[in-house]
Amino acid sequence: MPTTTARVPFTVVLPRAVQRSLDIVRAAPIIPLLVLTILGFAAVFAPVLAPHDKLQPVTPTAAQCQARFGFPDCPYVDGMPPFWYAQGSLHTPLGTDYLGRDILSRLSYGARISLVVGITGTLVAGIIGTLLGIVAGYMGKWWDQIIMRITDAWLTLPSLVFAILLSSIRGPGLWNVVLILALVFWSRYTRVVRGEVLSLREREFVKLAEVNGVSRLAIIFRHLLPNVMNTVMVVFSLQVGISIIIEASLSFLGVGVPPPEPSWGLMMAQERESLMEGKWWLAVFPGICIMLLVLAANLMGDWLRVRLDPQLRNR
Amino acid sequence: MENLMPPLLHVKDLRTYYFGFRGTRVVKAVDGVSFSLEAGETFGLVGESGCGKTTTCHSLVRLLSPNARIVGGRIELEGEDLVGKSSREMREIRGRRIATILQDPMASLDPLFSVYEQVAEPAYYHQSLRGQKLVQRVKDLLTAVRIPSPAARMKEFPHQMSGGMRQRIVGAIAQAGGPQIIIADEPTTNLDVTIQLQYLNLLKDLQRASGVALIFVTHNLGIVAKMCDTVAVMYAGKIVELRSVRGLFYDPRHPYTKALLDSIPKLGTKAPLYAIPGQPPDLSALPEGCSFHPRCPYAMDHCRTEEPTEHRLDEGGRVRCWLAMQEAERA
Amino acid sequence: MARYILTRAFYSLVTLWLLVTIVFGMVRLTGDPVKMHSEVGADKAYLDELRRRWGLDRPLHVQYLSFMSGLAQGDFGYSFAKSLKVRDIYLDRLPNSLKLGFGAFIISLALGIPLGMLSAIKVNTSWDSVGKVFALLGLSLPGFFVGLVLIIVFGVELGWLPVMGKGEHWWDWRHLLMPAFALGWYFSGAMVRITRSSMLEVLGSDYIKLVRLKGVPEWVVMALHAFKNSMIPVLTLAGLNLLIMVNVAVVIEVIFNWPGVGQLLYDGLTNRDFPMVQGVVLMAGIMIVVLNFVIDILYAYVDPRIRLSR
Repeated sequence: MPTTTARVPFTVVLPRAVQRSLDIVRAAPIIPLLVLTILGFAAVFAPVLAPHDKLQPVTPTAAQCQARFGFPDCPYVDGMPPFWYAQGSLHTPLGTDYLGRDILSRLSYGARISLVVGITGTLVAGIIGTLLGIVAGYMGKWWDQIIMRITDAWLTLPSLVFAILLSSIRGPGLWNVVLILALVFWSRYTRVVRGEVLSLREREFVKLAEVNGVSRLAIIFRHLLPNVMNTVMVVFSLQVGISIIIEASLSFLGVGVPPPEPSWGLMMAQERESLMEGKWWLAVFPGICIMLLVLAANLMGDWLRVRLDPQLRNR
Repeated sequence: MENLMPPLLHVKDLRTYYFGFRGTRVVKAVDGVSFSLEAGETFGLVGESGCGKTTTCHSLVRLLSPNARIVGGRIELEGEDLVGKSSREMREIRGRRIATILQDPMASLDPLFSVYEQVAEPAYYHQSLRGQKLVQRVKDLLTAVRIPSPAARMKEFPHQMSGGMRQRIVGAIAQAGGPQIIIADEPTTNLDVTIQLQYLNLLKDLQRASGVALIFVTHNLGIVAKMCDTVAVMYAGKIVELRSVRGLFYDPRHPYTKALLDSIPKLGTKAPLYAIPGQPPDLSALPEGCSFHPRCPYAMDHCRTEEPTEHRLDEGGRVRCWLAMQEAERA
Repeated sequence: MARYILTRAFYSLVTLWLLVTIVFGMVRLTGDPVKMHSEVGADKAYLDELRRRWGLDRPLHVQYLSFMSGLAQGDFGYSFAKSLKVRDIYLDRLPNSLKLGFGAFIISLALGIPLGMLSAIKVNTSWDSVGKVFALLGLSLPGFFVGLVLIIVFGVELGWLPVMGKGEHWWDWRHLLMPAFALGWYFSGAMVRITRSSMLEVLGSDYIKLVRLKGVPEWVVMALHAFKNSMIPVLTLAGLNLLIMVNVAVVIEVIFNWPGVGQLLYDGLTNRDFPMVQGVVLMAGIMIVVLNFVIDILYAYVDPRIRLSR
């Protein structure tokens, strides 16, 4: 690119050791790690941290009853706004839903669902996909042709649509969703892993093992697998985000994690009518949670990708 | 080599540095390079990879990456200083007065445009040729680089041609703007050995026909011997020896030059190949004193502490070495 | 070039066949369609009757053959809920989804490509960060969330845009705006990414360097050489995205009550209308395979490297 000559920019030459530590700190993905830690925390410690129960309506305070119904005593309060509204209170900081349940608590438990489903589903897909990819890349010939043709065909089906098809057969349920995610996404791994293996196959350490009579199975597990792990991890972290969104979509449509479990997608669906009444928070908070989680996962994935790809590392 | 008229190109103490990591890491790619070039002359720039030859050439036309800056020196083209010019003015210089040939013919041409369009581009912008005149000019250029059936070839696309032919087209592109100087950055390195000689002869013929000056960048001393009138040997961003081609080959003064000449394999002997010991230096962390001293078989104490200054030789040329300076003064 | 086209055609047919077989297999292997599509606690006789009606009691290979032959003739079965041919219902709704998809497509290109180019040209500056952030948000915000937020802001609070339905006439753009934006959101992010990376690769290439060294004006370098070369992978992706948009608009269509094929899928789910669900999925896959093939053919015409080969 054309540049003009300029005065020498202000240069600060630091000692090497300080330089190196600064590089590491600057490169660390602080924000996504922070977000993930918070959400992970909320998920794992939900029973302890959540102020209320996720399934039962909140026992309201007198002030809340007064605000909602005009009486100091009532069994539940539904549709309460977040605490910064006049009608809201810190008793239920983010408000209550149409059945009187505390939203904050439900969001906290919802983190569990998103994380468990997202991670497990992607994990299972990853295991299946990686193994198939290694077999296709290494065994070659017929194995390769058959596996890759199936993979290509599998990849032409849009994920959401395919997932909906499968859930119409299996029905709603948390583990069903995990299974569906595995079935839908394994092909993403296979294509990438196969490419890696094809190039790894020609490398010397593999040829050395072959020449020394090491069994193919051993080569797969001891040489190929560790070397594709970098790529697999990158795909994994990017897939987690996608899986979480698919699960949320399925739950939104009613074929994912069924009520009364507080899946974020489901929470958004349940409150659609309330939108018209102006109670936006009921649908927006779960959406924000999804966004934060997926954003964090994607940022992690990007960071991993840059870190693990030796060509990009010194950019 | 002295002349009453100003030389075509006069580079004086050029310094181009790369700034990385927000200004904390400075790579002195070109650190005080000076040379001049006359019309019709062929100037060789020799050195190992990473010594600064390509950056020097890019600095001349100011096509540097965003983190590189010319921090000092002058580049005088027929007396005008290029360093102070604006981007727009530099753009006019590129192609019209200084043209460039790049190393990799397979990557140099835009795959989506025909040969005609790519050769015509400089003529279109710099000489404002249009229509039939433009077509004729392209045909003439292609003929000059010995492309058979130019009229048919013009309509073809780069991928339909071999490396040798593509590089000739690059040569035609270089000539298209009617430049005074052509910079050839390792033009034959990526060509088949059999084609290399053809190409070099072609360049020489072009030069004779148009009187253009040639700056030839290479790491191959054989090519230097064939093509160049004057040679500059670069090491770690500086010119360590600048001589006429005869002077360089018959009477090298700098230890690095001597080492380069020694490392050329000689036919007819079974003597073991000589390789210069050590590695080229890290340009962001140069050793103290003379940059070459860690690898120099003649290094003296003085070399380790103080950077050698340039010394003009009586028989013409310059050398940057304490030992060579001592020997020259003794003579 | 003829040979290229023929290979591509063959390959597409194989993929098509595999696709259909996969759908067939997955449906039968992952669960029992009959149980899913009947009331809880239905008695065995009822289930068996359904099985017989849907031909699920026949041996697998017989089912497969009849499935395949039906498909080859364009017969996707009968919708259980509406007692019409699936194909007819689908084709009736398809134009709506195409309209929505096309709107989303335009939005994704209009937002994504310029931003991606800007990002690449001003790489590593604040403009680049804007582009990167936009791409990230595009990929991280689920489309239906964007849709809901749009409804809240523009539909409910500001009341500018209608929230439901398609509108009376085909030129009613106000109904199209929000759902198209919500649908196109994700793909704008993807467009920014691929435009940026494609452009960066082109800008770093030797031939662009040479064009600059020729002294060609910068705007010509960008608009002519860089742009044309970088668009090849971008447009391929864009074309594919269009079709994907048409098909995955399910949730958007549900939220905005847009009468497209996505809503058919949803209705099929809630009504336990299995043939409908299967039909929509099959059509999605088939359309994508066909489009891939068409794109390959277009490639052959645009890229001189292919056009002039055997």
